Amino acid sequence: MPEVGSPILQAPPAEGAKDQHMVLNMGPQHPSTHGVLRLVLEIDGEIVVRLYPEVGYLHTGIEKTCESKFYQQVVPLTDRVDYLGPLANNLCYCLAVEKLLGLEIPERAVWIRVLLTELTRINSHLIWLGTHAMDIGALTVFLYTFREREEILRIFEAVSGQRMMTSYFRIGGLAMEPPLDLFDRIQKFIKTLPEKIDEYSNLLTGNPIFRNRLLGVGILTAEDAIALAVTGPTLRGSGVDFDLRRDMPYCGYEKFQFRVPVSNRCDCWGRYEVRLEEMRESIKIIQQALDGMPGGPVKADAPKIILPDREKMKTQMEALIHHFKIVTEGFNVPAGEVFQAIESGHGTMGYYVVSDGTAKPYRVHMRYPGFASLQALETMCQGRMLADVVAVIGSIDIVLGEIDR
Amino acid sequence: MAEAPNETIAGKQAVLEKMSEHPAVKALAAWDPAALIDALFDRGELSLTVPPESIIPAVNAIKNAGYNAFEDMTAVDWLPSEPRYQLTYHILSHAFKQRVRMKAWVSEADPAIESITTVFPGANFYEREVFDLFGIRFEGHPNLRRIMMPEEWVGHPLRKDYPVEGYR
Repeated sequence: MPEVGSPILQAPPAEGAKDQHMVLNMGPQHPSTHGVLRLVLEIDGEIVVRLYPEVGYLHTGIEKTCESKFYQQVVPLTDRVDYLGPLANNLCYCLAVEKLLGLEIPERAVWIRVLLTELTRINSHLIWLGTHAMDIGALTVFLYTFREREEILRIFEAVSGQRMMTSYFRIGGLAMEPPLDLFDRIQKFIKTLPEKIDEYSNLLTGNPIFRNRLLGVGILTAEDAIALAVTGPTLRGSGVDFDLRRDMPYCGYEKFQFRVPVSNRCDCWGRYEVRLEEMRESIKIIQQALDGMPGGPVKADAPKIILPDREKMKTQMEALIHHFKIVTEGFNVPAGEVFQAIESGHGTMGYYVVSDGTAKPYRVHMRYPGFASLQALETMCQGRMLADVVAVIGSIDIVLGEIDR
Repeated sequence: MAEAPNETIAGKQAVLEKMSEHPAVKALAAWDPAALIDALFDRGELSLTVPPESIIPAVNAIKNAGYNAFEDMTAVDWLPSEPRYQLTYHILSHAFKQRVRMKAWVSEADPAIESITTVFPGANFYEREVFDLFGIRFEGHPNLRRIMMPEEWVGHPLRKDYPVEGYR
């Protein structure tokens, strides 16, 4: 394993670099690369000598697009970045702009945000678990996790009208009051979820094939993980006890009691343990949010920033003017720059928003965890078998939409 | 930290005086207070501007003060002002549970700065992204190639003078 600071991630291996080594191309259409990740591997027999990730196949220039949209029009764009955790993207962007505006949002909106963001985390982890197990050969779990994910998507649909591209969190609060039966529905869902997680655990934790494919594979020490900017469950799987929700609370997380799972194993198994535990902790947070859900409005009192209700818009002249102004001209945001980071399902998601005082963001930069995690891939795979690469890619839980943006 | 999060402290002198207990300010003041160009504490976030030629010692000083985790780096194109590009580094401290923003400005004529990959290897992909999308060179980077756009691409899309529409 290379030491920290060694020249990792240099130029990709060249054909015929060494006579006995073979340069192998893996992806971008390989089913275990979770989208369109391409890896250039230099292998000695079946041992990985060098590994080089090539990204950019999904680059759509979202950051550039943001610069020509009004602040409120950027919200739907953010859904499409990390498409497995849409509400986390919405949350991060909205918090950043609200910080720029100095806008306080009502208690009820904050609690619903926490509730739905934790559901998003469970959604993201369920997909990770299903696809990770499938990569390794345990196909059954995939069918079970997608069964539960389906219910989460139905909840998202009930709340926002969309299964995946929700855009439910808006600058200044939520798009609308959630439907009446939503909380009962979520309550019913999380009541059964712990046994479902036990079911996945029964299928995988004791499974000798799954164990042998993960235990001791993809070692990433805590020092390497921090040096390579790895965050989230991957970092906690390397024994670093750091979670933005607990350590730098945002969006009211300081009001919730939960444990941050950490594993000192530093391998794929550690990351598996951490994510499985995290789902259980998310259920606890959701339960607390449901129990203590406050009443009141779900939008801040800022008529020049937040679209008025339909009813008001149709009956009040002033509301109609505000509606017209916001839709046609947007709203000006005071000049400045903010960096807002949240703990998404994959790790630290951060939005760096620069405002020049106009109605369009001057620059939006998105920091997504997968981009940094890819840098650690070579460290984790070097000297291991080729088949372990598949297990390691699964264990760092990447989404190519967030890497290429 | 003791500072109220909504207080704004603008200017180098004000920050050096009022926030002298802040670990990052302390570290930079101990290293070379003259090298600090500007400082701003706004919306609960601390920004420190340093000259581009001393980015490595500055980042090193910050790292030794406990800001151990590189989080993010990017650039902002302030066309038509000069110097044109603002490079922004966000560095987090797991121990202090806070982050600091380092800024350095590079000119349009020679958009280049030293790579910080020797201090934070995790900056590797981020510097390549800035090189690709802004055309800023990072001296000493182990593999400075385009990362998002194809190798043969002409131009740097996130520059403000890059056309956002195609041929008509």
